[in-house]
Amino acid sequence: MNPTTIDYKRVMERVTKGHLFLPVFALALVLLVNLIQTPTFFKISIENGVLYGYTVDIINRASELVILAVGMTLVVASSSGADISVGAVSALAAAVCVRLLGSSYETYAVPLFASVIFCLLTGLVCGSFNGFLVAKMKIQPMVATLILFTAGRGIAQLVSAREINGTMVSGQILYVRMDSFRDIGGFLPGVVVPTPVFIAAGVVLLVHLVLRKTAFGLYVKTVGINSKAGRLVGINSSRIIFLTYALCGLMAGVAGLIASSRIYSSDANNIGLNMELDAILAVALGGNSLGGGKFSLSGSVIGAITIQALTTSLYAMGITADQIPVYKAVVVVLIVSMQSDEFKRWMTVLRAKGSMEKAVTQ
Amino acid sequence: MNSVVYDTLRKKAGGPNFLLFITVVMFFFMYIIGVAIYGSRGFGNVQTLMNMLIDNAGLIIAASGMTLVLITGGIDISVGSLVGLVCMMLASMMELSGVSTSVAITVVLVFGIVFGFVQGWLVSYLKLQPFIVTLAGMFFCRGLTAIISVEQIAIKANETFLALAHKNIYLPFGATMNKRGILLYPFIHPSVLIALAALAVVWYICKYTRFGRSLYAVGGNETSALLMGINVRRTKLFAYILNGFLGSLAGFVFCLNTTSGFVEQARGFEMEAISSAVIGGTLLTGGVGNVIGTFFGVLIKATIETYIRSDGTLSSWWNKIVLSALLCFFIVLQSVFASLKQKKKQ
Repeated sequence: MNPTTIDYKRVMERVTKGHLFLPVFALALVLLVNLIQTPTFFKISIENGVLYGYTVDIINRASELVILAVGMTLVVASSSGADISVGAVSALAAAVCVRLLGSSYETYAVPLFASVIFCLLTGLVCGSFNGFLVAKMKIQPMVATLILFTAGRGIAQLVSAREINGTMVSGQILYVRMDSFRDIGGFLPGVVVPTPVFIAAGVVLLVHLVLRKTAFGLYVKTVGINSKAGRLVGINSSRIIFLTYALCGLMAGVAGLIASSRIYSSDANNIGLNMELDAILAVALGGNSLGGGKFSLSGSVIGAITIQALTTSLYAMGITADQIPVYKAVVVVLIVSMQSDEFKRWMTVLRAKGSMEKAVTQ
Repeated sequence: MNSVVYDTLRKKAGGPNFLLFITVVMFFFMYIIGVAIYGSRGFGNVQTLMNMLIDNAGLIIAASGMTLVLITGGIDISVGSLVGLVCMMLASMMELSGVSTSVAITVVLVFGIVFGFVQGWLVSYLKLQPFIVTLAGMFFCRGLTAIISVEQIAIKANETFLALAHKNIYLPFGATMNKRGILLYPFIHPSVLIALAALAVVWYICKYTRFGRSLYAVGGNETSALLMGINVRRTKLFAYILNGFLGSLAGFVFCLNTTSGFVEQARGFEMEAISSAVIGGTLLTGGVGNVIGTFFGVLIKATIETYIRSDGTLSSWWNKIVLSALLCFFIVLQSVFASLKQKKKQ
């Protein structure tokens, strides 16, 4: 026996069994395809004092999705259902923020800091509403969040009111004219990295620390795996579920803030549009089971970046924004099918049959 | 005497028909209020009521299908996109490719059945969450609509289709006199007849067929249904297939009203269908539901719309907000009832 031979089979097995294998593999695949299509894909240069390049763009654009995916991960883990209102909530939070700021060229109607707080509060309140319905009223998560999924944009339209000829007319697109608001979704003066990347990194770090340094992460896992057992060991499962939904709403508020700052306006119809599917997809791609329980924050983050990379590459192939959902929907169904217990059972049955046939032929 | 009334009320409150009862009362209450406030603008006319049916013919069909799926304990949020896609398919086939009306309709209905089959298979045989499957289905249909065309396509050339869309069927009662003193009889479109027929068929299936009874059994308790010898998977699969068929039929009827197809069409339609069913007394946890209730749910939604239209100063977003608030109210009501029932058992 040669001691230096590496048992490739075992190494491969260990690598593929790792919980981050699928997300990293998918990301690598997407990046590889992009590299073949555009050889300058990984080129990063500094233009006009800021970083410039495909990869920077992907990470920058993925910020909102990363933030939403963090909230969605917690929700899925604790209640084994998704929050489909995140897109609408971010539109509503953005509308509140921009309405408060006003569209004057000289001053903000409400200080920037205060309106940001109000924006986040809006998200938190929406999340708490969802949490109340799910945790206290025991309504299925997706049905409970369906209410804000449709009402959210309607309320956002009502909030987006502007004075036209002396009367307030709702359903307008409101603009912010001051430059300091643009920094949130753009670049801080003298910094080469886009601000959203910092915000996303901060959010991920903060949530990571909360999950690691406090028992919250453990509680979420316990409630997700078996809420009855959780209750028996003294965990207030409905409070944990409520907290995850409130957090998810808060994250949607942050995402709405960034999205509105990117376009320095509030567009009730288009901010966060189709984001709920992307966020769920990010969680699924991250190797998290949609059935709740164990979760991996890093997996969801990588999943979110993968999806943005996929979106950017689909754009590069000339597919319009309206058409992209088709491909994403197929990916979602494939991933979720592969995760399902029934599929795994079929695979084991097939494998057993195969080995039996082999044994018979031998 | 008084205690008898109280007792029956208390018994009814626990029964599945109580929510239906609330819905029916609520509709008449809202309608009477509407007549009181906007009566001068023609709210009380029979034609207004008929217009509610004409405008919501598609919704009646889609909500009936939704009720079937909800009874099994599932949900379908792809129905709005399916309706949008069907409109686009019809418009592009008839207007751009010159396909005849009957062929186009057949293609669309077959597509609905296939779509329902795929979703149903994923839900019942792979045991995926109905919500995830139909959420993906929703985005799939919406994206496919955009792939067919991002431009709006209006149906102008197909005369058979237009004749079917605009044919007035006059009713022999409820005539109103207009300003010139001419008697105007209220009318409906063929779409209303299709919708009422679909409603009647679904009602019959639920009430009098073996499949209908299996639906309730599966929704009530899957394990005991299985032990009773019901093929749970096949029942669920058929529910989704039927729902897909009704979804595409709803799309066809919807297209009769709009005679066009475009990407944003029927956005939020699934929510209207779900809330109609829920407001009509269908439990989201499965096992309880009635298409008659769903029909009244649709009428309540139509009344809200007519309020907004008669008022003239309210923006159309109020429609969605009020409907969501109603949905919320009814879901919470259901949850409260469920917990009360559980307490009674204990």
